Amino acid sequence: MPTATNNGGWTKVIRPKKGLLDLGLKSLWRYRDLWYMYIRRDIVTFYKQTVLGPLWFLIQPVLTTAMYMFVFGGLAGISTDGAPQPLFYLSGVMLWNYFSDSFNVSSNVFINNASVFGKVYFPRLVVPLAGLTSNLIKMGIQLILFLLVYVGYLIAGVPLHVNATLLLFPFYVLLLAGHAMSWGLIVSSVTSKYRDLRFLVSFGLQLFMYATPVIYPLSVASGKFKFALELNPLTPIFEAFKYGCLGCGSFSVGGLLYSTIFMLVTLFLAVIVFNRVERNFMDTV
Amino acid sequence: MNAIEFDQVGKLYRLGQVGTGTLSHDLNRWWQTRILGREDPYLRVGETNDRARKGNSDFVWALRDISFNVAEGEVVGIIGKNGAGKSTLLKLLSCVTAPTTGEIRTRGRIASLLEVGTGFHQEMTGRENIFMNGTIMGMTRAEISSKLDAIVEFAGVERYLDTPVKRYSSGMTVRLGFAVAAFLEPEILVVDEVLAVGDAEFQKKAIGKMQDVSRGEGRTVLFVSHNMAAVRRLCQRGIVLENGQLSFDGVVHDAISRYLENTRVQTCFEGIDGSIDYAYLRKALVRPKYGSVILNSSPIVIELDFCLIQKIPSLVVGFNIFSQYIYPLARADYNDENHLSSLAPGSYHLVFEIPPYTFSGGSYSIRFDIAAKGIRRYSSERSWLTFTVSIGNDCFGNTFSENIPLKSSIIQGKWLKSIDVL
Repeated sequence: MPTATNNGGWTKVIRPKKGLLDLGLKSLWRYRDLWYMYIRRDIVTFYKQTVLGPLWFLIQPVLTTAMYMFVFGGLAGISTDGAPQPLFYLSGVMLWNYFSDSFNVSSNVFINNASVFGKVYFPRLVVPLAGLTSNLIKMGIQLILFLLVYVGYLIAGVPLHVNATLLLFPFYVLLLAGHAMSWGLIVSSVTSKYRDLRFLVSFGLQLFMYATPVIYPLSVASGKFKFALELNPLTPIFEAFKYGCLGCGSFSVGGLLYSTIFMLVTLFLAVIVFNRVERNFMDTV
Repeated sequence: MNAIEFDQVGKLYRLGQVGTGTLSHDLNRWWQTRILGREDPYLRVGETNDRARKGNSDFVWALRDISFNVAEGEVVGIIGKNGAGKSTLLKLLSCVTAPTTGEIRTRGRIASLLEVGTGFHQEMTGRENIFMNGTIMGMTRAEISSKLDAIVEFAGVERYLDTPVKRYSSGMTVRLGFAVAAFLEPEILVVDEVLAVGDAEFQKKAIGKMQDVSRGEGRTVLFVSHNMAAVRRLCQRGIVLENGQLSFDGVVHDAISRYLENTRVQTCFEGIDGSIDYAYLRKALVRPKYGSVILNSSPIVIELDFCLIQKIPSLVVGFNIFSQYIYPLARADYNDENHLSSLAPGSYHLVFEIPPYTFSGGSYSIRFDIAAKGIRRYSSERSWLTFTVSIGNDCFGNTFSENIPLKSSIIQGKWLKSIDVL
């Protein structure tokens, strides 16, 4: 937020307005140790005073997967494109959890940190970036679970059609993080003034999961439904991951390109909006 | 060379317009005022909604046209009443919020202590919190590691370093927070009232550290406080803010005098000061025993009426007398000699009499306390009184002034017993 223009030997010149594109990314790098400490704080405080500690990261996806197998796989009988149900749902749940947790961290950044932001200046983007990273660790733990189940199926001799596109997995995660952060930041900028949008957002996020191929493959949709699903920039990511490790779903270069461009544009806008709001949000929060 | 320059800085806040907090209310307001041309349905009761002043009433300048420079190594005290704009000024300087007009220029790293222990997490240990707080203030982890021993020693928390902060006493938490900030080694240190917390020993340590920082290490300090004694000890220069404007800038003694001149002067209070459910002060006055002017040769009478509604186990009713520069000079209580610990509910009238020749000439203030000891204070600054002691014609007497070291005394005792020619 400070306009860090070096004129006349001044370290910092604080003006009422700053340039639209003055995003302070340089000072973000200077605060990388704070980023590290925020991640550490997230992890430390999660373990403390819980009986099961990091096991909670596993219990939630296991139970959710079991429930999806019962409701969607069993009762509704929705296809998993031939992939084993546990792996299909677990992969979807894992990616979706990462997206929604990261979105929540970014979208609550002002409200959850108002007391700290009101006292000290540091580049506010540090907080959502740290949130994305600590969620990555959480997803890593879930990934181990996924791999265990995966290896179990391999030993049992189930054909899983793993292929080379799986090497793009880090890129998929990056895409998800970018989407989560850009939407989260836009929401956080709006909710710092209008609190009631938070309810809309948490509810909307739930609905959005059903508009994303998390618990069903894209192939069950057809016609205009399929087109609508393809407009969702998260669709190619979920599909491509499942294609890479399970051989079901679809790998669409065009879709991934669309998702990437969508992400870059919204992220750019989000950071600009966020930087404008953070200058004065203490007066409105 | 200047370390800080404020150039025509202003901060505008909007009253009753900041947003009603929900989108539907804001849409409704927009519909009612802009489209239907009605009055704002959410303008809160009690705010100026005067037609004649409509143009100005929506906005208030928390700070206006503030211009001053601070040279490197200078220690400046910023004083003013609550709401004068002190905190806003520090917030602008710390970049927590942006100014509406003007420009602030600074040279060197700024550390602002608007609060001690920002970012402390109850579940984390002292050590982890040192790193958390330090990095929030802009230090790197390597920097903190190299100063860790000094920080821990200054805070005096060696034994608890690996204990979660939630097990700390509040004093320990504050000490730890201040210690981190004290070793930040910024070029500019901005301090807001942190000394109001912590015990006497810690306050002494904290002021000492700030003196070292400013004198020994040549750093610039901006210090905001209501504690005039601390301001006077630390600062050479004082800036007085009044209603968001800079009303005085100069030598710290004069700044304090200016500030005190503007605090409400009353020799009599009538009204209700306290809690109408527990205890309140009803009337307080200070007067000379004889005549209408308080002379140093006359006894000074202090009267106090108060009501006790409920029985308060450890009742405190008394007052402090402060010098003009807010040094505490004397204390008197209802139970000084009678060893009572409380009084039955009811109304009481207390009379205190200060013997003649106790005070030198000068201004003094009286602050009353009605409190449940260690639990809650009921009375407030509303009932504070001020009185002036004049030198009578029958004696020379001393005038108390903290600027004149010779022949200046606060207490004037008549200690001389005899003069014999040998």
